[in-house]
Amino acid sequence: MKILCTTVLIFYILFVKGQNDNMAYVAGGKFVPLYGSVNKKPISIDPFFLDKTPVTHQEFLSFINKYPKWQRNKVKKIFAGENYLEKWPSDTNFPKELQNSPVTQISWFAAKAYCECVGKRLPTVNEWEFAAMASQTEIDARKNEAFTREILSGYETPNTYKKEVGISKANYWGIYDLHNMVWEWTLDFNSIMISGENRDKNNTNLFCGASALGADDLMNYAAFMRYAFRSSIQANFSINSLGFRCAQDLKEKG
Amino acid sequence: MKTNSSKLLQLIALLLVVSIGNLSCEKTKEKTIASEDIKAYGSLVAELTSPPNVPKPIGNRSAKKLIISMEILERESEIANGVTYVFWTFGGTVPGSFIRGRVGDEVEFTLKNHPNNRLPHNIDLHAVTGQGGGAEASFVAPGHQKTFSFKLLNPGLYVYHCATAPVGMHIANGMYGLILVEPKGGLPPVDKEFYVMQGDFYTKGKYGEPGEQPFDMQKAIDENPDYVLFNGKVGGLTGDNKLHAEVGETVRLFVGNGGPNLVSSFHVIGEIFDKVFVDGGTTVSENIQTTLIAAGGASVVEFKVESPSQLILVDHSIFRAFNKGALGVLSVSGNKNNKVFAGEITEGIYQPEGSVIQNLDIDGKTVDTDSGVSLTKAEKMVFGKNLFNATCAACHLQDGKGIANAFPPLAKSDYLNKDVDRAIRVVLKGLSGEVTVNGNIYNSVMPAQQFNDAETASILTYVYNSWGNNGTEVSAEQVKKIRNNE
Repeated sequence: MKILCTTVLIFYILFVKGQNDNMAYVAGGKFVPLYGSVNKKPISIDPFFLDKTPVTHQEFLSFINKYPKWQRNKVKKIFAGENYLEKWPSDTNFPKELQNSPVTQISWFAAKAYCECVGKRLPTVNEWEFAAMASQTEIDARKNEAFTREILSGYETPNTYKKEVGISKANYWGIYDLHNMVWEWTLDFNSIMISGENRDKNNTNLFCGASALGADDLMNYAAFMRYAFRSSIQANFSINSLGFRCAQDLKEKG
Repeated sequence: MKTNSSKLLQLIALLLVVSIGNLSCEKTKEKTIASEDIKAYGSLVAELTSPPNVPKPIGNRSAKKLIISMEILERESEIANGVTYVFWTFGGTVPGSFIRGRVGDEVEFTLKNHPNNRLPHNIDLHAVTGQGGGAEASFVAPGHQKTFSFKLLNPGLYVYHCATAPVGMHIANGMYGLILVEPKGGLPPVDKEFYVMQGDFYTKGKYGEPGEQPFDMQKAIDENPDYVLFNGKVGGLTGDNKLHAEVGETVRLFVGNGGPNLVSSFHVIGEIFDKVFVDGGTTVSENIQTTLIAAGGASVVEFKVESPSQLILVDHSIFRAFNKGALGVLSVSGNKNNKVFAGEITEGIYQPEGSVIQNLDIDGKTVDTDSGVSLTKAEKMVFGKNLFNATCAACHLQDGKGIANAFPPLAKSDYLNKDVDRAIRVVLKGLSGEVTVNGNIYNSVMPAQQFNDAETASILTYVYNSWGNNGTEVSAEQVKKIRNNE
C-alpha cells in the first residue's frame, strides 16, 4: 500500500507537476563520489528536482529586474568580485547573442540568492555529481570510457559558455548541459577541501601525489578536474566559464 | 685503573664523535646559510623569453628582488602541420617562458590565470625550497592572480610545471618550462645560448592525422605517446625554426624534459658535448655523446662548433626522433675546416628513416588501402605537403634538395620526372642499390612507406608540382593499380 502511494505520488509529481516547468526529477540512490565519502562507503542521495538547463542570461536579467541590488553597479563588493557580470554592456542589458546561453560571471552569493528568490536552492556537490554521472542511458556511466572521454574533451574545448542551453541531448534524468558547457556553482562547493568529512586522510589537497591517493576512481580524470576547479574558487569569484542551475526538495515542490 | 683508562678512552671517543658530528653539521649549514643570507639590493623586473631564446646572463649583478609576472593561456595551436591541439601554457608557448636569476635573488612571483581559461592552475618550481615548490601558494582560478615569494638558494637549471589535479594531464598539455639559477658571478660567457625542451604528447589520432586532436587519457596512462617533441611542435626546431651558429662559436644548450612520461636520451648528431652539467647541477662531465635527461629534469650542455654542418638534435631513443617528431637542427655556417671534418666519405653515414610506420617487407599487397578517398588536386597539394614535411623531409629536406652523397634530390630530379610508375613503386616498396640522379650516383636504402593510396598520391602530386618538377598529378587509382599488380 505504501509503495503504491509513493509510486502514485511520484507519477503525480512527474507528470502533473513536473511537466509544467523546467525541472527534472532525480530519483536519488546510493553512489560513491570521487571525494567526500568516508572510507569509500556509498552515500545516499534523497530524491530531488534539478533544473533541466543552466540559468540563462534572459532568466537572470528577470531576476535582476526584480531585485536591483544584484545589478553590477549596485551589488555589494563582498558578495561579488570585480568581474561580476563584467561582459554586460549595462546594468540591465546582457550581450544580445548570449540570451539563451548560460549566465556566467556570477558569484556564489548571486546564484544562491537567485535560487532562493524562485523558491529553490543550489544543489549540493553530491547531488550535482549524482545527476551528472548519468549518460543518456545509464544512471552511473562513470565506468563508460566513451562517456568520460567526451566530458574530458568538452573541458578542453574553449568558449563553450557561448553555446545555447537545452540543444544537446538530455541525460537519463532528462537534464541537459551538465557537461560540455560551463562549470556550475554548488551549495557546498568548498566543503570537500576545507571542512570535508575525509579529514581522516589528513591530506586531501589536490596537488601532486595527494590527489591520487584520495581518489576513488583514478580513471575519472574529468571528476578530478571538477573538484580541482571547485577548490580553486571562492564565493565572491565571478568567472567566465562558471554558471549555475537550481535544485528543489520533493516536499517543497509537492 | 683499568676501569679509569677505559672510561678515558670512551670519553675521547665520545669527544671525537661529537666534534666530527659538529664539523659535518657546520659544513652543510654554512652552505645554506650563505645563500640564505645573501642580501638583495634593489629590484629588477625579470626578462622572460619564449623558446628557443634565453634571457641575458646575470653577469656580475648583485642579488636583487626579482619580479616575475607570468600569464597562463589555454590556446589551440598546431602540434604538426595541419594538426591542431589545445595546449595549456605558461606565457603562451610550449615550453613556457624561460626564467633566469641568481643565487640569493628574492623572487616575487605573480601567476595570472587568463579569464578565458577553463581551468584552475598553479606552478611548482623545482628551484623553490618550500611547500609544493609553490604549488599551493600559487593555486589560482580563471580570471584571478596569485603572488608568492621565495629565495633562490641553489644554483642549477630547474624545471617548473603545473601541479593541479590531474597533474599528468596538465603536464601532458604543455605546462612546463625552465628556470635557471646562476651562481654568484654567473656562468662563464659563451657565444650562443638556446632553450630546448622535450615533451611527450598523447592525441586521439595517430601521428600526423590531420584536424583537431583531443588529449587521449588512456594513451597517457599507457605511456604510449603519438608525439615526442622539442619545443612543442613537429618542426619546432627545423626548417624556418632551426637554430643557427657560426664556425668557431661556443654554444650552450639549456635542455629540459617536461615529460610527462618519457626519459630523454639527448644527443646531437655530429657533435660531442665538451661539457655537460650533469642533471643541470654543479657536477661537470666532459666529452659526452649522449646525456640522459629525466622527466622533470634538465641538463646544460656546451660545445664548440668547429665545422660547418647541420647538427641534428635528437632523442636517441631513436624511433622518437624519426617517427614521433623529436628532431631539431642547429645549422652551423662558416668556412670548411678539413682538419676537423673533410666530409668526403659517404660510408657509415647514418640512415634516418621516414616518420610513419615503415615496412621493409617488399610484399606491399598486405597493406590496407583507403581507395574510397577522392581528393582534388588542391587538396592533394595541402595534404601531400603536410605528409611530406612530416615524413619525407627528414631525408629529402623540406626544399626537396636532399643531402649530397646520401639522399638524392627530388627538386628538378631527372630520375623522378622520367617515370611516374617507378616513383610510385619507390614510395610503396622502397628502393635500394645504385641510382643516378642528375648525374650523381647514390647508393643507399629507402625503406617502404606505409601510406595508403590516397596518401601516396597526395605526396607524389605535391612532389611533382613543387621545386621545378614536371607537374604530374598522381591519382589514388594509379597507386592502387601498382600496389596490386606488382
